[in-house]
Amino acid sequence: MQYSPPSFFKQGPDVWVRLVFFSLLSIALLIVDARFQTLDVVRQAVAAALYPFQRAVLLPGSLWSETTVFFESKTEFQREADDLARQRIEMSQVTTRATQLAEENAQLRRMLGASARVRVPSVLVEVLYEVRDAFSRRLIVDKGSQHGLAAGMPLIDDGGVVGQVVRVSLLTSEVALLTDRDQMVPVQVLRNGVRSVAFGDEAPGRLGLRFMASDIDVQVGDDLVTSGLDGIYPAGLPVAKVDTVERDGSSGFARILAKPVARLDRHRHFLVLQTVQSELPALPAAEEVRRRQARRP
Amino acid sequence: MPKAPSTLPRSHLFGAQPLLLPVNPRFIWLTLIIAWMINLMPWGQWPGVPDVLALTLIFWSVHEPRKIGMFAAFLFGLLMDVHQARLLGEHALAYTLLSYFAIALHRRIQWFGPIGQALHVLPLLLVTQLVVYSVRAALSGTWPGWSWMLDSVVAAALWPIADRLLLAPQRRAPERDDTRPI
Repeated sequence: MQYSPPSFFKQGPDVWVRLVFFSLLSIALLIVDARFQTLDVVRQAVAAALYPFQRAVLLPGSLWSETTVFFESKTEFQREADDLARQRIEMSQVTTRATQLAEENAQLRRMLGASARVRVPSVLVEVLYEVRDAFSRRLIVDKGSQHGLAAGMPLIDDGGVVGQVVRVSLLTSEVALLTDRDQMVPVQVLRNGVRSVAFGDEAPGRLGLRFMASDIDVQVGDDLVTSGLDGIYPAGLPVAKVDTVERDGSSGFARILAKPVARLDRHRHFLVLQTVQSELPALPAAEEVRRRQARRP
Repeated sequence: MPKAPSTLPRSHLFGAQPLLLPVNPRFIWLTLIIAWMINLMPWGQWPGVPDVLALTLIFWSVHEPRKIGMFAAFLFGLLMDVHQARLLGEHALAYTLLSYFAIALHRRIQWFGPIGQALHVLPLLLVTQLVVYSVRAALSGTWPGWSWMLDSVVAAALWPIADRLLLAPQRRAPERDDTRPI
């Protein structure tokens, strides 16, 4: 300000003082939040206060979608019913085979003395909104710690892996999609069992397999499934389909890109698998992961 | 009686400001909360979604710098941080700076017409976004290009509308009288 206001007007602290105070406060919050976990309580409290407003804002949209679904034409339903019928026939064949295989598998396992696999409990969640951020791909879903969600749990749809819960509050949770740059999934090529880790890639909507030798046996069209080595994702969930393989002789690495099989931006409902958390090591905080990634060449 | 000229000079060309009623503080907070709720809507990754809350904060910082200031800006910034799942303080810092610049410019801006004011508001909005994006870039080590600037351009283009809407209650006459110009 070029000149100060007359002193007989009561204006509170000077504008400079306020600027410095609130800026320093913001920067302090930023540093504390980036380095430590201590502000999670504040965030949870604010998130709980925000929740009714978020629901209120979403209400017109959900009302609209419900009305349009209600008035959806008969042909649409007919087509859907036909699709479902066809799927049911296909599924019944698959199920028959699966039952046979499961029985055979159980027998083999009994012979090996291995324990039967535990069925993972799950929770159905609905997407509240997508976070508007150019740096990451995050969703906010409508279930939180109260419904048994915890950071680290994987999220799937009927296609395969969608992402992972990264932060929970009481009633909502934050989910990082597979294509988020901070996300990584241990995968395996279904065809030959080659193991790797899929990262969210710079290319939008793609996953990249890093540090693969240029002569590695991965082809376009290969299916990638979770390998289960991390103990977070159950083994065998479909993740992505390889759609680009560029073999670069000079660097010695192949650039492999894959497209997620789950429809990340179509569905509104997903399943969170409540994998057993107590047996897992503590997850590194997002910042820690970033720093580790930054250190890599 | 001589007929009044049809094109009277606009008051702002003289630098004169129209007489306005005093603002109701409750109206200020109501508009801020409505703007904030517009920001809460599920905009997803659409390009060019204006930050209506920032626009409203600028507006009240310019017109009522004694009633609305950096504390409100800081508070709404924190709310946006939690909603957008960012680090606490990103939007708080950006909105604090935004409010400061708006207060620093508040005497100057009011001498301009709606378009001139919008041209003053655009750099303020861009600085706000730049602060948020710089913090994100410093933490993630990447830069997402410059397409995000469209958001600010759209928001600045909405300034004349915001000017109309937010000043409308103050432009009402205390007692309605059809023979009087105000």
